[in-house]
Amino acid sequence: MAELITVTPEGLSCAPGGFHIDPWLPVARAVLTHAHADHARPGSGAYLCARAGLEVARHRLPGARLEAVEYGERRRLGDVDLTLHPAGHVLGSAQVRLERRGEVWVVSGDYKRVADPTCAPFEPVRAHVLVTEATFGVPVFRWDPTDAVVKDILAWWEACRALGRPSVLFTHVLGKAQRILAELARWTSSRVFLHGAIAGMTDVYRAAGVTMLPTERVADAARGRDFAGELVLAPITARGTPWMRRFGDASQALASGFMRVRGERRRRTLERGFALSDHADWPALLGTVAETGASRVLVTHGYTAPFARTLRERGLEATELSTQFEGEPQA
Amino acid sequence: MKRFAELYEALDSTTSTLAKVDALARYFREAPPADAAWALWVLTGRRLKRLLNVRQLVDWTRELTGIPDWMLSECYAVVGDLAETISVLLDTSQAAGPSDVPLSVWMAERIVPLRSLDGAAQRERVLQLWSGLSRQELFLVNKLLTGELRVGVSETLVIRALAQVAGLPAPVVAQRLMGEWTPSAELFAGVLGPGQAADDISRPYPFFLASPLEGDPAELGDRAEWLAEWKWDGIRGQLIRRAGRTFLWSRGEELIGERFPELLEAAARLPDGVVLDGEVMAYGEAEPLPFARLQRRIGRKTLTPRILEEAPAAFIAYDLLEQGGADARELPLSERRSRLEALLLGLHPRLFVSESLGEPTWEALAARRAESRARQVEGVMLKRLSSPYRSGRRRGDWWKWKIDPFQIDAVLLYAHPGNGRRANLFTDYTFALWHQGELVPVAKAYSGLSDREIADLDRWIRAHTRERFGPVRAVEPSQVFELHFEGIRASTRHKSGIAVRFPRIARWRTDKPAAEADTLDALRRLALGAEPETEGGAPPR
Repeated sequence: MAELITVTPEGLSCAPGGFHIDPWLPVARAVLTHAHADHARPGSGAYLCARAGLEVARHRLPGARLEAVEYGERRRLGDVDLTLHPAGHVLGSAQVRLERRGEVWVVSGDYKRVADPTCAPFEPVRAHVLVTEATFGVPVFRWDPTDAVVKDILAWWEACRALGRPSVLFTHVLGKAQRILAELARWTSSRVFLHGAIAGMTDVYRAAGVTMLPTERVADAARGRDFAGELVLAPITARGTPWMRRFGDASQALASGFMRVRGERRRRTLERGFALSDHADWPALLGTVAETGASRVLVTHGYTAPFARTLRERGLEATELSTQFEGEPQA
Repeated sequence: MKRFAELYEALDSTTSTLAKVDALARYFREAPPADAAWALWVLTGRRLKRLLNVRQLVDWTRELTGIPDWMLSECYAVVGDLAETISVLLDTSQAAGPSDVPLSVWMAERIVPLRSLDGAAQRERVLQLWSGLSRQELFLVNKLLTGELRVGVSETLVIRALAQVAGLPAPVVAQRLMGEWTPSAELFAGVLGPGQAADDISRPYPFFLASPLEGDPAELGDRAEWLAEWKWDGIRGQLIRRAGRTFLWSRGEELIGERFPELLEAAARLPDGVVLDGEVMAYGEAEPLPFARLQRRIGRKTLTPRILEEAPAAFIAYDLLEQGGADARELPLSERRSRLEALLLGLHPRLFVSESLGEPTWEALAARRAESRARQVEGVMLKRLSSPYRSGRRRGDWWKWKIDPFQIDAVLLYAHPGNGRRANLFTDYTFALWHQGELVPVAKAYSGLSDREIADLDRWIRAHTRERFGPVRAVEPSQVFELHFEGIRASTRHKSGIAVRFPRIARWRTDKPAAEADTLDALRRLALGAEPETEGGAPPR
């Protein structure tokens, strides 16, 4: 029987269904797992995504032909039955379930298993073949409870405030920034300043009904305003640009799963690193593979080789796929 | 331990020198003296020798976690630090919560005693030490066990903080920390205490280190104000004669006298209360022998008559640091130098003063420097005649004017992940040269690229991997790098038959295709040109 998913120059192709999943070149019909830049690229003829992620996708792909389905709502595409299921990665992120003549493939997209107040939790889906990410596919990466990390962020902010320094926290524009704002809202009601790129996406989340801390755009602050004691969220790309000058001697930190490794923080000369990720950690990756019941696993990105080898040692058929997905970009 | 963990965090989270010194000074002021002594000991890079075999820590980790060996290597490649790798892999979810056993108790009662246990007892004890620790505690304990507690503070910074706390000049504190000592509350009090403590007679002075001269020496002013001497290629050392005893220290603060009995014998002719700074060399009748010969002596615990004959040692003295039991470092170099010459005149053929190069102008000196390679020296040292003997690497009075390195264009073949702040990045490279249509590895190098270039190259490596050997990647052989190195010698351990000294990357030759990289023969020709050692002939250049 022909493969349901193959890697072509355009991306993950489902030939029997006549579409691609998160293609990196323009195609006629794209199915989106989520709207991060390495998964949602412009130029395709039509896009299908989860209803919960429609506005996020619209924000990222202005002018694109977007169509949404509810999680679990069945679509027939060519020879294939398709449903989307929550992936717990960011607002509206989805796993793609494909079924043809009783054979089920699931493309996980990016996913995490810990609770996130900004999006629906990951839903385990049974599959014969699982196409999974492995961004953190070595045992080094095991997340602390989210509450512990959030309290660390609060304590850092508090310590900086006591010293009269701004706290600049670098984070993803889509997903992690809003998750941090939502998590912090459980512990404080202080206002947080946002870089413009994050502010735009935060408006989309707020419109979707996600509860977050009050925010203000840095650009809207009065000229010469003193940011001492304030928390600022910014993309890592803002680091080292003139935009940062207004924060003077700010303490700089990064929220990323890679901050689990000390060297990753030190070479970026960051004062603090918070190991907070929207990806599955090592136990969650292994647990997820087991829950799907898949006997064959294709690994798309991250630590693909050691993860696939581990699965093989556990008796599964596992191979690496060569894709252009990046997982958690290493700034 | 909690206080020490906080100090570690504070040092680890800032790049500001001032903030580091502040954190250190606060710790030295507030910590119990016994803890402070141990902190001082580990922060100045001292380690417990022969404590345990680090490989065993890996074995026990595998046993506790069930993670296979190959995966442990992958993890190490990601983390780049063994102590940290273990601490992130072990299960710390059962941590008992912060306990506060003092650092000195950890060291003296828990860690040091491991040394006298056999393998099985060590295993039991370490597993017991590990259990119940938080990840941060586990990390620090492993750092203490592996003896690799570097946290981005140099000894100079530690000394500066101590000097601040003690209200003493930094050189005084520095000297009190030289040599070998056992951490204790008394010792710490002695380091901070007023006046001259009853000093150990073996204690050396901190070495003064030269800075590389990048510009034109003429910018240093009048040639007559400078002493010029060869930059000898040996082991920097300090020879101490006090109370009828002789001590020879290396710059790494190790006592190396027993490897050089002829030097101890020569120094026995010195009067008491004398300390000399100089270079330990392998030296023939009238000229230096290659560094490789000296290495043969360092590597041995026992010296055979044959080795003594093949690599006879000499001590070439640069400076006089103490005379008549009095610290002479504040005297101007011109005065120290003439006293040194008078002291060593006719004393012993294996103990002599480094030749002063008499060329009266910078131009003439530059011409003389061109003889460096033929003379097997690394270039010329320039020292201001009016300067005191300082400590550490302070710019301005001592310069090393090294000869230009050898260079060759080589092809990148393999990449290995780095350590520490370069963890999870490909930063260690193996380079190859052409030989009969094939690329033969000749050198490993890691330093020389900027952080930006490292990041670019890391990305390139990930995208152009041909094969993986665990964490090592074989890459498409297309990238050419200009390598610099200091010397070449024949080696039976390398496939190429040649080993290069201090190889480093000078430039990423993005302009050059791999086919135009150099050949092994070209490297061999350089070797022939430079090393009379290979056949014992005279230098052709």
